[in-house]
Amino acid sequence: MREFWSLVRRDLLLARRQGGAATSVAIFFILTVTLFPLGVGPESALLGRIASGVIWVAALLATMLSLDRVYQSDLEDGSLDVIAMAPMPLELVALAKTLAHWLTTGLLLVVLSPLLGVLMQLDTAAFGPLVLAMALGTPALSLLGSIGAALTVSVRRGGVLLSLLVIPFYIPVLIFGVGAVDAAVDGISARPHLLILGAILLFSLVISPLASAAALRLNLE
Amino acid sequence: MTRATPDDSNKSFHAEDLVCIRGERLVFSGLSFEVGAGTATLLRGPNGAGKSSLLRLVAGLLRPAAGQLRWGSESVDRDREAHRRKVRYVGHLDAIKPVLSVGENLAAWAGIYGGRAADAPVASALDTMGLSGLADLPARFLSAGQRRRLNLARLLLDPGTLWLLDEPTVSLDSDSVNRLEQAIKHHLAAGGSALIATHTDLHLENAAVLALAPARPAIDADA
Repeated sequence: MREFWSLVRRDLLLARRQGGAATSVAIFFILTVTLFPLGVGPESALLGRIASGVIWVAALLATMLSLDRVYQSDLEDGSLDVIAMAPMPLELVALAKTLAHWLTTGLLLVVLSPLLGVLMQLDTAAFGPLVLAMALGTPALSLLGSIGAALTVSVRRGGVLLSLLVIPFYIPVLIFGVGAVDAAVDGISARPHLLILGAILLFSLVISPLASAAALRLNLE
Repeated sequence: MTRATPDDSNKSFHAEDLVCIRGERLVFSGLSFEVGAGTATLLRGPNGAGKSSLLRLVAGLLRPAAGQLRWGSESVDRDREAHRRKVRYVGHLDAIKPVLSVGENLAAWAGIYGGRAADAPVASALDTMGLSGLADLPARFLSAGQRRRLNLARLLLDPGTLWLLDEPTVSLDSDSVNRLEQAIKHHLAAGGSALIATHTDLHLENAAVLALAPARPAIDADA
């Protein structure tokens, strides 16, 4: 397990040194959401109605933008060979790198989402469910995205291909993430939606390391 | 040449009838060799003969199309994690992050290798490769030769058993080649072994030579 945490720490250190990566994801998230009040006008009823969808779609896009750096730079400079030969299964390697990705992107999105809720005139009752749904949904986005990132790791400028691969898998997270917030706005319980998000998270937690490791093995050959 | 005693029979590495196919092209076939404890084997052969492929294959990064890799009588496939603990691979790419300092680069690898490497003194590994004054320098300022030495210093953290070196002397000056030779000799004296693809002459006593034939054309359907 020590090796696992060492790899997470290394990726966090790299993200901090390279700078910009985490910050640009956060700024992209804020700017995308900010475009909507400017685009559709400042009516609070309308904004409040579309708030949940806008915030979730922006979070999906922000996560996707940062996925290509999960494995690609390590493959290009040969680090992935060295990591693949570390005394831990490649599945754990994939999980460690996904965790580092979530800590540098998804966690920021969770923290920022209530602020953007204010901007979008979201009903005050929905703030709790929004943060909870983001906390359950963004790790699933990182996990599912890791599979796409591993599959396209040796494709130059594979960003578009990566999006095509990953978007279909993001749809359930989007539906139930938005559902949780809308339920709270409508005054009914968000609990069923949150439970399903939790189930999606557990499912991707099992599938993602296995699928990512298999894809990485193919790309190391 | 040192013969492996029964005690450390699982320290001698065997390859049997290896077949390597890359992109529907037969690179080599029927390749068998042994690297015993305390011995080095130099891989020779023209460009494209499959030296790098063979090293990646032994490292476990490639799967052989056919054939077997064994430690003593134990197949590598039975415990791939134990195999990874024994082999150390240094390939063409330097696996160096330019944003980290020289010391941080090496410390990151030490942590990921865990076990003995996690407690290994990074400073002494840097010293052996002649990088001791550069520990705090960001790695993006290193020259090609210094990058290579930093990558080779990774071997010294936790030497493992079998070193797989792919053209380790590229861009090294003669002084650094000497340091590398010393490091390899030290590793062999401690019971380790090495499989080295190189075009320059490394001065290693009793080193066996494994010559790979030039690559063959595409596989015939009736071959």
